[in-house]
Amino acid sequence: MGDAVCVSTETLPGLVTGTAELRRFLHGLPGVDQVGAEERAARLATRSIKKSAKAEAIDLAISMVDLTTLEGADTPGKVRALCAKGMHPDPSDASVPRVAAICVYSDLVAEAVRALAGSGIGVASVATAFPSGRAPLDAKLADTRRAVEDGASEIDMVIDRGAFLAGDYAKVHDEIVAIKAECGEAHLKVILETGELVTYDNVRRASWLAMMAGADFIKTSTGKVSPAATLPVTLVMLEAVRDYRARTGRQVGVKPAGGIRTTKDAIKHLVLVNETAGPDWLTPEWFRIGASSLLNDLLMQRRKLTTGVYAGPDYFTLD
Amino acid sequence: MFEYAPAPESRDIVDIKPSYGLFIDGEFVDADTSFKTVNPASEEVLAEIAEANAADVDRAVAAARRAYDGVWSRLPAAERAKYLFRIARIIQERSRELAVLESIDNGKPIRESRDVDVPLVAAHFFYYAGWADKLEYAVRDPRPLGVAGQVIPWNFPLLMLAWKIAPALACGNTVVLKPAETTPLTALAFAEICRQADLPPGVVNIVTGAGETGRALVEHDGIDKVAFTGSTEVGRQIARAVAGTGRRLTLELGGKAANVIFDDAPLDQAVEGIVNGIFFNQGHVCCAGSRLLVQESVADELLDRLKTRMATLRVGDPLDKNTDVGAINSAAQLEKIRMLSEVGEKEGATRWSPPCELPDRGFWFAPTVFTGVAQSHRIAREEIFGPVLSVLTFRTPQEAVEKANNTPYGLSAGVWTEKGSRILWMAERLRAGVVWANTFNKFDPASPFGGYKESGFGREGGRHGLEAYLQ
Repeated sequence: MGDAVCVSTETLPGLVTGTAELRRFLHGLPGVDQVGAEERAARLATRSIKKSAKAEAIDLAISMVDLTTLEGADTPGKVRALCAKGMHPDPSDASVPRVAAICVYSDLVAEAVRALAGSGIGVASVATAFPSGRAPLDAKLADTRRAVEDGASEIDMVIDRGAFLAGDYAKVHDEIVAIKAECGEAHLKVILETGELVTYDNVRRASWLAMMAGADFIKTSTGKVSPAATLPVTLVMLEAVRDYRARTGRQVGVKPAGGIRTTKDAIKHLVLVNETAGPDWLTPEWFRIGASSLLNDLLMQRRKLTTGVYAGPDYFTLD
Repeated sequence: MFEYAPAPESRDIVDIKPSYGLFIDGEFVDADTSFKTVNPASEEVLAEIAEANAADVDRAVAAARRAYDGVWSRLPAAERAKYLFRIARIIQERSRELAVLESIDNGKPIRESRDVDVPLVAAHFFYYAGWADKLEYAVRDPRPLGVAGQVIPWNFPLLMLAWKIAPALACGNTVVLKPAETTPLTALAFAEICRQADLPPGVVNIVTGAGETGRALVEHDGIDKVAFTGSTEVGRQIARAVAGTGRRLTLELGGKAANVIFDDAPLDQAVEGIVNGIFFNQGHVCCAGSRLLVQESVADELLDRLKTRMATLRVGDPLDKNTDVGAINSAAQLEKIRMLSEVGEKEGATRWSPPCELPDRGFWFAPTVFTGVAQSHRIAREEIFGPVLSVLTFRTPQEAVEKANNTPYGLSAGVWTEKGSRILWMAERLRAGVVWANTFNKFDPASPFGGYKESGFGREGGRHGLEAYLQ
């Protein structure tokens, strides 16, 4: 755990981890004007990405997908099917890149690890009483520990939104630090659940809080709350990781999740990355898209670009 | 870097004729002399345009008078509204064509002509169409003035036409309008739209030409009202010419707007507002936020962010859908921008532009920011009318107001702060026709627009805009 805290205290002078100090720091961040942020996101969404740029964007987007199944009805069979899809998204075309990771509940991590052995695809596990985060810290730690032991390379934790909204920033911070300590080698993605934070000021503060507590990635949503990932929310988070790196030298990734279903949506997000955080973030190492149905739309658009015609939905596998 | 492939909007939708006549009394008629209009992005000649002389202006004014006396002033107000609604709808139907044409003739990016200019043009006609039969709710005993002579600039050719023609017609006047000599094409397309809408002949007349044509129009005895948007210098000449004639006059002239950034501003959005304030339409905007006043305590941070952002601006082909900054409208304007920028350097300000490749042909100027600018520098006093930002700092709100108002102009201003009370405090003290809070360059037909001091007088837009065209 030392790492994360060291980064924040050394490079953000005067910052200690008590609630009063955190509050002073987070509320000292520049505000976000809602109208302006939404306008900027909408304007970037009008970028016209065609031909070679579109082809490049589609392959990049496929390689950034965290292919996700998070249902009560998930079974080992369902997870194996998803893993197969992630390794070869289009069985008829070997030039299609593989996805970045398969994202599952913690009890199915072992199954996914087995299925993906040697593929280079990560296994991401949601943890910490996903999606609500309403459980005792012990349970959250145990949940995380078990997922890491089973071989998860990435942990997607949720923050305690109740504590955040109550102003108990130290509780949120310390919980992230504690989970980070359980992660070992695994990367920690911190889910802010922006749909419950509501304001962009909160999104910016929660982003900084998570980064200062040691997050490797900040993630918009669980996908269980509406609205999930929206362009302005991703924009504000991209500004946060950009500013955080400028200040501390440490780069943190961003993962919008939930609600990104079409190639158009995915490309809009890539444009946002390109023109906000910058091209350094345009790799699966620093930008992920949490999605399930998006992948088939990307494949469909990819085939349209290479063959010139649309193939029907039955030419793409449902997993 | 993620390179965007070229995404040009197709030119096929526009049909530019080799030559255009004057639009008088509902017909296109030839003139003795002509001039050329060029595409500023390529210097390609687009068309030969008739140049109206004094006799042509005479005919146009006579046609407008006949239409006023014979038809338009007698028409029930609801009928006038019908024509305006019809024009508004045709503009929407032909919006893509008008946007492409505007970008070709003016050099502005298609993103702006498509998303800003043309939608606002239609909105203006819709808005004033709605007023036509409700004028008595705006003023007591509303009566039109008669024939209006209108002269408009090249920076928003079709939008300025809409700002002039829509309220004039709604109030029951007829018009003779002269578009700028470098951007006549959309006004001529509008003439076609008037025919398409079956507008009675003579209600709208378009006379193309340069300064002489404009002079003949504003000095003509047969008009009752002069409306001008353009430079302060020409505005002064017009004011002199109109003085003592009893003709009504409104002037919308230059500006040197202060965009004031306080240390508690939402910085990322403020950066967008600065960019939108000065690089929108290549800075060819009378209300452009050309003087950035930033509180000293955040100046460095803000300027770093601004420069990073400016490096992402895409300068080039106006018809490319991803272009942010297009071509400078004319060689003459480019020369003026260059001259004043050189003056800025000589005066000791620090000049900076992001690395950006400019096309070989056409008129181009990279987005530029000057730091270390003093109130006494010419680049802080004079309107550059290009993508050039002068940055000054201040320490207290009082100093910000003082510096912001210390200009002969007074068209617009911007205030950026998260503190609502400070916005109101500033807005009360800024001598500018429009004060934007946490935004910039926002236009709406319902909102009046106009200046103080050397930025002119009279208001366009909103209920206030009706007063300029009623007795």
